[in-house]
Amino acid sequence: MQSSVRKGKFDWTTIFLFIAIVIIGWINIYSASLSDNADVFFNFGFPHSKQLVFIGLSVILIFFILGVDSKFYERFSSIIYLLAIGSLLGLFVFGSTIAGQTAWYVFGNVSIQPSEFVKAATALAMAKYLSDIQTNIKDFKDQLKAFVIIGVPIVLILLQPDPGSAMVYLAFIFPMYREGLHFIYLLLGFFAGFLFVITLAFDPPLVIFGILLIALILFLKNKKKKPNLLKYIVICSACIGFSLSVDFVFDNVFKQHHRDRFNIVLGKEVDIRGVGYNTNQSEIAIGSGGWTGKGWTEGTQTKGNFVPEQHTDYIFSTVGEEWGFLGSFIVILLFVLLILRILHLAEKQKSTFNRVYGYSVASIIFVHFFVNISMVIGLFPTVGIPLPFLSYGGSGLWAFTVLIFIFLRLDSQKHIHG
Amino acid sequence: MRTLLIYALVILTGIVFTARLLYLQVFDNSLKLRSELNAVNKVYDIPQRGFIFDRNGELMVSNQPSYDVMVIPNTIKNLDTTAFSNLLNITKEQLETSLQRARVYSPRLPSVILPQLTKDEYAHIQESMYRFPGFYIQKRALRDYQVNHSANILGFIAEVNQRDIEQNPYYQMGDLIGKTGVEAQYETLLRGQKGVMYIQKDRFNRDIGPYKEGIYDTLPVQGKDIKLTIDAALQAYGTELMKNKRGGIVAIEPKTGEILALITAPSYDPALLIGRERSKNYTQLYYDSIAKPLYDRGLLAEYPPGSTFKMITGLIALQEGVSSINETVYCNRGLRYGQNAFLGCRVHSNPVDLKEAVAVSCNAYFGTSYRKIFDKYNTPQEGMDAWEKHLKSFGLGNFLGNDLPIGKRGKVPTSDYYNKIYNYPTYKWYSTATISNSIGQGEIITTPIQLANMTAAIANRGYYITPHILKELEGDVTKDSLYTQKNYTTIDPEHFDPIIEGMFDVYNKGSARSLQVPGIEICGKTGTAENFTRIDGKKVQLTDHSIFVAFAPKDNPQIAIAVFVEHGHFGSRYAGKIASLMIEKYLNGDITRKDMEDWILLNSLEDEYAKPLSGEPFRINQ
Repeated sequence: MQSSVRKGKFDWTTIFLFIAIVIIGWINIYSASLSDNADVFFNFGFPHSKQLVFIGLSVILIFFILGVDSKFYERFSSIIYLLAIGSLLGLFVFGSTIAGQTAWYVFGNVSIQPSEFVKAATALAMAKYLSDIQTNIKDFKDQLKAFVIIGVPIVLILLQPDPGSAMVYLAFIFPMYREGLHFIYLLLGFFAGFLFVITLAFDPPLVIFGILLIALILFLKNKKKKPNLLKYIVICSACIGFSLSVDFVFDNVFKQHHRDRFNIVLGKEVDIRGVGYNTNQSEIAIGSGGWTGKGWTEGTQTKGNFVPEQHTDYIFSTVGEEWGFLGSFIVILLFVLLILRILHLAEKQKSTFNRVYGYSVASIIFVHFFVNISMVIGLFPTVGIPLPFLSYGGSGLWAFTVLIFIFLRLDSQKHIHG
Repeated sequence: MRTLLIYALVILTGIVFTARLLYLQVFDNSLKLRSELNAVNKVYDIPQRGFIFDRNGELMVSNQPSYDVMVIPNTIKNLDTTAFSNLLNITKEQLETSLQRARVYSPRLPSVILPQLTKDEYAHIQESMYRFPGFYIQKRALRDYQVNHSANILGFIAEVNQRDIEQNPYYQMGDLIGKTGVEAQYETLLRGQKGVMYIQKDRFNRDIGPYKEGIYDTLPVQGKDIKLTIDAALQAYGTELMKNKRGGIVAIEPKTGEILALITAPSYDPALLIGRERSKNYTQLYYDSIAKPLYDRGLLAEYPPGSTFKMITGLIALQEGVSSINETVYCNRGLRYGQNAFLGCRVHSNPVDLKEAVAVSCNAYFGTSYRKIFDKYNTPQEGMDAWEKHLKSFGLGNFLGNDLPIGKRGKVPTSDYYNKIYNYPTYKWYSTATISNSIGQGEIITTPIQLANMTAAIANRGYYITPHILKELEGDVTKDSLYTQKNYTTIDPEHFDPIIEGMFDVYNKGSARSLQVPGIEICGKTGTAENFTRIDGKKVQLTDHSIFVAFAPKDNPQIAIAVFVEHGHFGSRYAGKIASLMIEKYLNGDITRKDMEDWILLNSLEDEYAKPLSGEPFRINQ
């Protein structure tokens, strides 16, 4: 009796969704990497074969994670976080540069991207911090500390430079909001994003003019209520300052290929054979799928290798082409169900630690899902982040596996440790 | 309320994505159409490679058409390998190997299956090509050599290999690239720039016209014609003279540094390295490790310069102020410079001044000069540093920086070098230890082109221009400043006159007396380099190398030349004759010394080269 309680009950709904998405992922990676040599089933030179090995290793990882007592994760969360930060710092010394990003440790044939795993560590640290009795997230000082927890990895990852992976850390706003962070922060986040895009779409002078105009109209409209002039000036200058700094970051911090990607989505530059090529080709591939798709390994766009990076960031375009609307809808549905299921489980947790961690997991998966698919279907700039469980890559797969199964472990013992 | 927000966001995202997918996949038909139009084929327009002319505008290299059988592996349908290999006249295995290679390179890009068909073969195969979808014939230009010499200068072109492709994305499987010589050095000028046409294909892979009305297409840039500094007639003549001998000839126009002739022997007909026999012939040349026909002796062979080096010793002694023109040395069949240390010499009139010392090639005189140079300095190290500085100013001991892709440094010993081998300061060394340097027999090593360049510097009375091979680029005569600027030696111009007079006397009354050419004032110097090899691990002396340097005419030098004949015995025997004939040929166009010409053409050194390989006892310097 005692032992079955300790083992706990795992949430099979989540496990089923996880397995389904991983299998769908492998089937599509197989098709995307197969375009050249139709007769090779297993060859370690091809991504689909490697991915099979990665999946096998992740099963071992799952048993390992589930075998550890759930208390371990809470108790050692700070140490895990510090180790994770150390692994990011270590990149500056031992890291290898692949495609311009110093984001990898290379051991022989195996490359590991630590920033993928740091997400889980940060989630643990955030859960630990927010569940601390002394922490009051409504207090400005504690808010600041929480932002430092996510700020450190963001800065280190930006230095690699990998803006896509850094952006994912904004997901932590959601668990913080859930635990009582003022709504204004969420709003501020959205507004910052909005202003960011607006600044890039139009020139800063125009944006500044717009801000001043809106402020003036509001001021004149509310004149009878005797508005506080100082408040208006502060807010206006904050907006203008932000807009200008965005412009600075865009011109000086971003690399040309980042700039190009934003420019494409904003419609500033259209160049089918150049930088807009990826998005354009992936839209064509998805669009050519129709209701039911062309069938597995039958995608002409996939076979012709028209979509670059198709087995990694653009894997969803293979789904779209070969499985059509039906297949893409199922994938989207599976993701939505998975995220909602995790949120639902998180709400049922008795301990704050478990809840915050669950929320973090759901939010991270959501941000990846949102950014990646928006990019592939042409709603968002090209940001190089993978689609969880579907995209090819060991680090990504293992990191998400770790993320989810730590939560499942916590959930399974919520009755004894909660 | 707080909990609902993220639920709502997730569901909203799902709905937005679904809507967008519905629009893309179901309602927007333009995308489906575009996917059918998506396939774009690149078609390359390879420009004709530039021609190569000699300095007088005589055509040396042009192009001829050739035909390659090409394949795009994933467009092959129902291939009958037996029929196809019969048609191509290759074995089935060969066909399958090339197909496999093509597939590995890329299933979607064209690869060569059978390169360089002749016109007749092309006519035969072309009729049946329609039966083998996936294969087609591409026209290409091959080199067409108008001369049967100068292979070492021209170099050859060959299909790019995997490494070339990796290093430079310009090249694709089947492209040709200059591998050696001028073809390699001026590859980018000669080849021009490929043009690209983007051809739109439909989903049945049919051409439906230029992609986007051709806005991405580029026109090919024609390869440029180049004119070399080489005199093809002189080159041909030198090649003829060097038949059945091994060695090198380098001739330079002193005033411009232009290389007039660069001959290595044995060599090969450049036409051997084109067409389908190319790789067979190349293998044969490559594995001839005895005669080494691919080895450019003019640029790469390093030999001790022998007595041709004495002029430099004389010049340095004058410049250092340790001897004067009229100072004489008494040579008693050599110079005794220590107990049991003797630098031998031949019998000649005595005593000799500088001019006579050059003319009779007196070892004692230059040994004495060498010691005086060193005695001027407090330590032999300082003396050696001064010596080295002077030698380097003649372009010795380092790459000349000429525009040919290969070369050798030669060697000028330094004080550090001697400190090391004599284990200084534990043991001391003095000028006597290195005295053989004075007569070009010590640690000094030079290549024939360095010797020619050194002779040009003497002819110019104190400067040289870096030797080079490119004269004009498509009518443009401006040269890189590297090849127009004067490199001054450390010797003042006035010191050259007695040396040049001495070299003139080599022809008047010295060792080249018998080589005089009527009507041309030639200044020259013989040299002999001792020659050792190892047979069965033992050091064995072989017949000396014959060396000669010369320039002419004396007062307005048009040509400076260095000739090197392996196992040619003393300097005037082979090298001197060849140098005199070359000078006459270049300056007058025809030969008056028929006796000398006949002797050279008739005599072969092949027996001499076979001696050490015969395994039997042999005599040298016969």
